[in-house]
Amino acid sequence: MSFEPKIVAFLCNWCAYAGADLAGVSRLKYPANIIPIKVLCSGRIDPEFILHAFRNGADGVFVGGCHPGDCHYIKGNYYARRRILLTKKLLKEMGINERRLRLEWVSATEGRKFATVVSQFVEEIRQLGPLEARK
Amino acid sequence: MARIGVFVCHCGLNIAGVVDVKKVAEELIKEKDVVYATTYTYMCSDPGQNLIREKIKEHKLDGVVIAACSPSMHEETFRNATRDLINPYKVEIANIREQCSWVHESKDATEKAIKITKALVEKVRGNDELEPIKIDVEKKALVIGGGIAGIQASLDIADAGYEVILVEKEPSIGGRMAQLSETFPTLDCSQCILTPKMVLAARHPNIKLLTYSEVTGIDGYVGNFKVTIKKKPRYIDVDKCTACGDCEDACIVVVPNEFDFGRKPRKAIYIPFPQAVPAAYVIDEQSCLGVAPLRCGECAKVCEANAIDYDMQPEYIEEKVGAIVVATGYDLYDKNNLVEYGYGEDPDIITSLEFERMLSAGGPTQGKIIKPSNGKEAKKIVFIQCAGSRDKNHKPYCSSICCMYTAKHALLFKHHVEDGEAYVFYIDIRATGKNYEEFIARVMEEERINYIRGKPAKIYRQGDKIIVEGVDTLLGKSVKIEADLVVLALAVVPSQDAKKLARLLKVATDEHGFFKEAHPKLRPVEAVTRGIFFTGCCQSPKDIPSSVAQASAAASKVIAMFSHDKLEKEPIVAVFGDACTGCRTCFYICPFNAIQLDSKGKAYNIEALCEGCGVCVAACPVGNIRLPNFDDEQIKKMVEVILE
Repeated sequence: MSFEPKIVAFLCNWCAYAGADLAGVSRLKYPANIIPIKVLCSGRIDPEFILHAFRNGADGVFVGGCHPGDCHYIKGNYYARRRILLTKKLLKEMGINERRLRLEWVSATEGRKFATVVSQFVEEIRQLGPLEARK
Repeated sequence: MARIGVFVCHCGLNIAGVVDVKKVAEELIKEKDVVYATTYTYMCSDPGQNLIREKIKEHKLDGVVIAACSPSMHEETFRNATRDLINPYKVEIANIREQCSWVHESKDATEKAIKITKALVEKVRGNDELEPIKIDVEKKALVIGGGIAGIQASLDIADAGYEVILVEKEPSIGGRMAQLSETFPTLDCSQCILTPKMVLAARHPNIKLLTYSEVTGIDGYVGNFKVTIKKKPRYIDVDKCTACGDCEDACIVVVPNEFDFGRKPRKAIYIPFPQAVPAAYVIDEQSCLGVAPLRCGECAKVCEANAIDYDMQPEYIEEKVGAIVVATGYDLYDKNNLVEYGYGEDPDIITSLEFERMLSAGGPTQGKIIKPSNGKEAKKIVFIQCAGSRDKNHKPYCSSICCMYTAKHALLFKHHVEDGEAYVFYIDIRATGKNYEEFIARVMEEERINYIRGKPAKIYRQGDKIIVEGVDTLLGKSVKIEADLVVLALAVVPSQDAKKLARLLKVATDEHGFFKEAHPKLRPVEAVTRGIFFTGCCQSPKDIPSSVAQASAAASKVIAMFSHDKLEKEPIVAVFGDACTGCRTCFYICPFNAIQLDSKGKAYNIEALCEGCGVCVAACPVGNIRLPNFDDEQIKKMVEVILE
């Protein structure tokens, strides 16, 4: 049986979560490996949440926020971008492939983009296999 | 010990057709603190809501998870239905439809639905019982833009008894509608139906009219916006000016006027159009010699009312308002972008608004239809629809009004020039408004206008004529028309200041620059940011009836808001502990300037300003800030159950 990764998705309430809803309304299929957690803003996502996910068995972590300039909270997504960059460096130091953490901007109107990037991400993690630390 | 109930909705077959809802309930009842779990066909129906109410009472539930559609659909429904029994923040929705059953196959979907629901049980367990924060509301509205939409919104709000500040950047209100000749489909004279409203707005005791003014700063939040308005120097005291026109006669500077797109001269001291409101002159400081150091002073010499003041300075007005209505209208797409139609090079290829002015009795030609190149009457006109609209190289959207006004143009042209010939190039005819289709039929049949289905391929000058070549796709024949005049129905684009205003308001615009409404169907006049409303063409291209309807809709939203003495605000705001080290990280990054420092340098927040984004929570190095219902521990627990 092929490897089925476990992926946690942190989605901001205003853009990415609404984009995921639109993917649903449009009946765009994507793999069920990804389980969403809604936060109000991608800027709420503490790097610790991401590490916590990897520590508890995640093979990948997806973060969805509003496009630059579109953040409902003006600039929360910019903080998210910096923190994700930092977390990627941290992952690398820990021997975790940084590609296991993906940040994407998905607007409320981009249902198709949500389905596409999520499908790609799941496939990428499938190729990478289980988390290095657990192999 | 919490007592949580789980209610799994079938949503007919929407969920139950894919997800094994029984299994979800069976798995969930095994969870710690879950004392009751069931399924029901339509949880949002009356019996469904009653079921939840009954079970809350029966099992003394202090937390409820409803596994159903997206929270954006029915979170409010369920919270309201149980408000008297349980704190609304203890009711959460597990989204197993949009983000599960609609996008996954059966087996995977059931497993995922279980995980999503378990995660929400964790969330409910960690949620605080919250009460809405009450905030004051300043019962005064700011309306930005004095076109028909802004005027209508102002009048409606003012008639309800609330104060309105109406800001218009031009010297007169009236907007685009003031420039139109007649309006479709009734052929009412545009000025005749608009000017009474303009006068009403100016005279209304509740409306403070600020013309020749721009909004330069916006701060604050719903109910409590602080706005700064720059009043540009008009160099005329509006209250003293009698609009007698003596100054205009005395003025020696002649420049092209804006109102007629430069097709008529005006003086440096001018009134934009005869029915302008306020009926007062204005000095254009760019061309006036009087405001320069070497004064000409001719106008002041003749002004008997002493209304002219060359030393007038810009004035900055600060106002506190509770709500903002944006009505900044539209511009036409820049004709210079349409190289294929040769604009900018040929005076006989004009825009639809220029043609409106030409049709108007008060326009540059007094209603005579002429070739601008030689002033002779135009006998043959080609109208080109979708000039820049429905074109992926320009604007992909339909500008919505062009089919109708082009038909009107063609009809009025025939009324002005009886032996004239009119051709209309079109892609489709979109006539969806009341009596619109009938109007189009009348134009096509009674007025014998030649409608040619297709877009012109080539437009060029040959001697005295403009040659329009294209294909009539219905007849499959190529056509070549020797026209005297070509009128482009250019795409409607947002007014050029809209982008700047969007930044000030901190609201989103779509990819074309139109203001983005909170929901395209159900909240079409509201911004996502509370207290800000859109109306008219700044939101999307639309005709006058729709703009007026939308203006009244926006006004009714404002009036509803002002009918409360206090507004309720989402209570999910950052909560500060007492371990602050005074590092100021949160203070600097808060997007809303909601964080303040006390006398000891410790951070705290102003609840009314805090939007609950949680940026500070993630940034605090000592974990001194928490966001109720999105708490660190809660989110980590959710991560854990998802990965079990």
